[in-house]
Amino acid sequence: MHQTGDKLIKWLLMALAFTALTSLLLIAIFIFKEGVPFIARVGFKDFLLSSDWQPQAGHFGIYPMIVASLLVTLGAMLVGAPLGIACAVFLNEFVPKHVTRIIKPTIELLAGIPSVVYGFIGVVVVAPLIRSQFGGPGLSMLCASLILGVMVLPTIISISTDVLASVPNAFREGALALGATRWQSVHMVILKAGRSGIVAAVILGMGRAIGETMAVIMVAGNTPQIPHSVLDSVCTLTAKIAIEMGSATGAHRQALFAIGVVLFIMIMMFNSIAMMAIKKRFAGK
Amino acid sequence: MRIPPRNTQALAVALLGGATGLTLAILVFVIVFILGKGLPVLSLGFLLDNPQEMGKAGGIFPTLVGTLILPLAAIIIALPAGVGTAVYLSEYTVENPATRIIRFGTDCLAGIPSIIFGLFGFIFFVTTLKMGWCILSGALTLAIMVLPTIIRTSEEAIKAVPASYREVSCSLGATRWETVLKVVLPNALPGIVTGVMLSIGRCIGETAAVIFTAGASLRLPHSVFDSTRTMAVHFYILAREGISNENAFGTAAVLILSVLLVNSVSYWMMHRFISRRTK
Amino acid sequence: MKFSIICIAVGACLSLMVCGCGRHAGTSLTVAGSTAFQPFAEKLAEQFMAKRPDVNITVQGGGSALGIQSARSGAAQIGMADLVELPPEASELLGVTVARDGIAIIVNPENTLTNLSLEQIRGIFQGAIQNWKEAGGSDQPIRVVSREAGSGTRASFETIIGGITLARKAIIQDSNGTIRETVANDRDAVGYLSHGLLNAKVKAIRADGVECTENEIVAGRYKLVRPVFLLSQPPSAGAVKDFIDYILSSEGQETIRRNGLLPAK
Repeated sequence: MHQTGDKLIKWLLMALAFTALTSLLLIAIFIFKEGVPFIARVGFKDFLLSSDWQPQAGHFGIYPMIVASLLVTLGAMLVGAPLGIACAVFLNEFVPKHVTRIIKPTIELLAGIPSVVYGFIGVVVVAPLIRSQFGGPGLSMLCASLILGVMVLPTIISISTDVLASVPNAFREGALALGATRWQSVHMVILKAGRSGIVAAVILGMGRAIGETMAVIMVAGNTPQIPHSVLDSVCTLTAKIAIEMGSATGAHRQALFAIGVVLFIMIMMFNSIAMMAIKKRFAGK
Repeated sequence: MRIPPRNTQALAVALLGGATGLTLAILVFVIVFILGKGLPVLSLGFLLDNPQEMGKAGGIFPTLVGTLILPLAAIIIALPAGVGTAVYLSEYTVENPATRIIRFGTDCLAGIPSIIFGLFGFIFFVTTLKMGWCILSGALTLAIMVLPTIIRTSEEAIKAVPASYREVSCSLGATRWETVLKVVLPNALPGIVTGVMLSIGRCIGETAAVIFTAGASLRLPHSVFDSTRTMAVHFYILAREGISNENAFGTAAVLILSVLLVNSVSYWMMHRFISRRTK
Repeated sequence: MKFSIICIAVGACLSLMVCGCGRHAGTSLTVAGSTAFQPFAEKLAEQFMAKRPDVNITVQGGGSALGIQSARSGAAQIGMADLVELPPEASELLGVTVARDGIAIIVNPENTLTNLSLEQIRGIFQGAIQNWKEAGGSDQPIRVVSREAGSGTRASFETIIGGITLARKAIIQDSNGTIRETVANDRDAVGYLSHGLLNAKVKAIRADGVECTENEIVAGRYKLVRPVFLLSQPPSAGAVKDFIDYILSSEGQETIRRNGLLPAK
C-alpha cells in the first residue's frame, strides 16, 4: 500500500518537475515561431550586424542594440559586483552576527523595491545630475549602468552572503589558527571555497541587468546608435522590444520577436558558459 | 614590496566597510527620497478612494487590490510546482540526464527577461488561449517567471536539511513521502518562505510582464477574469506620463511600505518558526 | 503539523479563487490601442458606464498597431488607431473617425524660440540642423526626442512633414506623456505630441507661423493634423455600437473637445 502510494507521488513530483522545462519550451516555441522565419528572410548578417534600424523602410539591423545591451550590463556589473561582494564579505566576516542579522534583511529589502522606482529615481535625480555635471542628454548609458548596478546589488549581496555563511567554520578557524589575519583568511580560504557560489551570484545579477526593461527604458534614452561615450543614449534589446511592440505590425512585429530570439539565445549561451565554469570547478576538487 | 598583514587587514576592513556603508546609504536614500515625498500625500482617502481622471486625482484603491491579488495568485500557482520540483530533484532521484535537463531548463527560465515573459504571456494566454488581459493571464505568466526562484531556494533549503534526519525518519519505518512531508519540508520551510518572499517581491515590483498580460485597467476587478492594474504599473504610468507627480510619489510610498510589510511579516514568521522548533 | 496547516491554508485560498471565477453579469468591452487617445477613451468609458451600468469597459494602451491587432484577433472589441493612413490589415475592420488631433511641436519653456518652418522642422528631425543657433535660437545643441518606429503619431508626423529619416541620435520615447516629460526636463530638447496633451510644462511653437490651437486647426491653417479611428469587427452591434454611437453623440464629442481633441467633423 505504502509502496504504490509512494510510487504515485514520485510520478506526480516528476511531472511537476517538468513544469519549468515545459514552460521554457512553450516560450521558446512561441517566440521562435515568429522570429526565426524572419531572420531567415532578412538574412543572418543583415539582421545581426547592420546598424540600420528603420522598420518602415525595411531595414532591421540590431547591432547597436546588441552592443548596448552588453555594454550596459557590463557597466552595471562594474558598479554592482565589487560593491555587492565587498558588502557580503564585510557583513559575513567582519561584523558581529547580531549586527548582520539586522543589516542583511535591510539590504534584502532593496530587492523588493520595484525596478520602476529605481528608474524613476534615475530620471529625476541621476539623469539631471549627469546632464549638468558632464553634459549630454543625461538619459544615457552611464545613467542606465548606475541604476542597474544598484538594482543588482541585493541579488549579489543576498546570495553571496548565503554562500559565505555556508563555508564551514573550520575553514576560518584553521586559517586563523595558522596565524592568518581575518582578511588573509577571507581572501586565501573563504573566497576560494565560496567562489563558485559568488560567480553564480554575479551571473544571476547579470541576468537581472540584461533582462531589465522598464527601468532601462526610463533612463537609457533609447537611441538605437552605437555609443561613442558613456554619456550617449543607447537602446538595449529589451527596451527595443517593449517600446515598439505596441506599434509594430507585420514584418516589424516579427522583427521584435526576432530580437526576442536573439536575447533568448544570448541568455542560453551565457547560462551554459556559467554552468560549465561552475561544474569545472567542482570537477577539479 | 610586501605589505604587512596587519595593514592589509586594516585596508581591507576600511574598503569593505566603506562599500557596505555606501550600499546602505543608497538604500536609505531611495527609501527616504520616496517616503519623504510620498508620505505627505498619503491619507486613508488616498488608499480607499477610486482614482479619477486616470489617477490625476482621487486614490489608488483598485491598484491596491490588484497588487494584493496578482502576486498571491501567482504564488498559489507556482508554489506546488516549485516545491514539487525541488522535492523531486533532491529526494526522489539521483543526478541523471533527466535531472540535468530539468536543472538546465530551470536555470534558463531564470535568465529569461521579464519582457519576454510579457510577450509570451500576451501571445499565449491573452491571444492564443483567448483569456484576454486579466488577473489569471497575469498570474500564470508571473508564476512561470518566479518558478525558478522557488525551485532554487526550495532545493537549497531541502539540501541543507542534514541527511541524518532522513535516516532517522526512514529507520523508524516512515516512507519516503512521509519523511519529506514530516521531516524534510518542515525543516526546509524557512528557506522556502524566503523563496516565496523573494517571489512576491518580484511580482509586486514587476511591470513589463504585468502590463502585457494583466493589462492596466483602473477599475476594481470582480473576478480573476478581469483586468487589473498593480501599484507598480500605476506608478510607472503616473510618473512616466507625467500625469501627477504627487500621486506617483504617494503610490510609490505605498508600494515601498507594502514591500517592507511583506518582508517583515515573512521574517517574523521565519523566526517564530525557528524558535518554536528549537524549543 | 505546521506544514499541514499551511497546506490547508493554501488549499483554502485556491478553492476561494476558483469560487470567485464566475464572470459577473453584464457585457464586458475591451478597448485597446493608441496611447494618444487612451485618456479620452477612459474618460468617455467612465461617462458611458455611468449611464449604462450593465456594460463594463476596460481601456488599454499599447499603441495603434496593438489596437488594430487586438481588434482583429478579438483580444479587444474596439481598437484605437491614430494614423493618417490605416495599414492594409485594418481593411477587414470597420473604422469610424471619432476625433481629429493636432500634432504640436514642443520645446522646453526655457527655449526662446517661437517659430519653426516646416523645412526647419524636417532639418532638425533629420539631424541636418544640430544647433538651435541655426534655427534662430541660442547656441545650444539640439536634442531630438521622437516616438518609437511604428507609432501612429510618429508615422503621421513624418508623413505630414514629408520624407523624414529620423536622426540617428534621436532619443526615443514610447508615449506622448513621456515625450512631454523628457522635453520638460531637458532645456535643449525638441519633440512632438498630441495637441490634446499639451500642458504648461512644455512650450508649443508655431509651425510655419501658425499656432497649434483649436481655432487654427478647425480653420484648416495648422497643417499637422491626423484622424483618430475606432476599429471594430463588422457588423457593428450591441454594446460596441452603443459605445461608438455615444462617442459620436454631441455629449461624447463635447467631452472630446473639452479635453483638448477636436471633434470628428
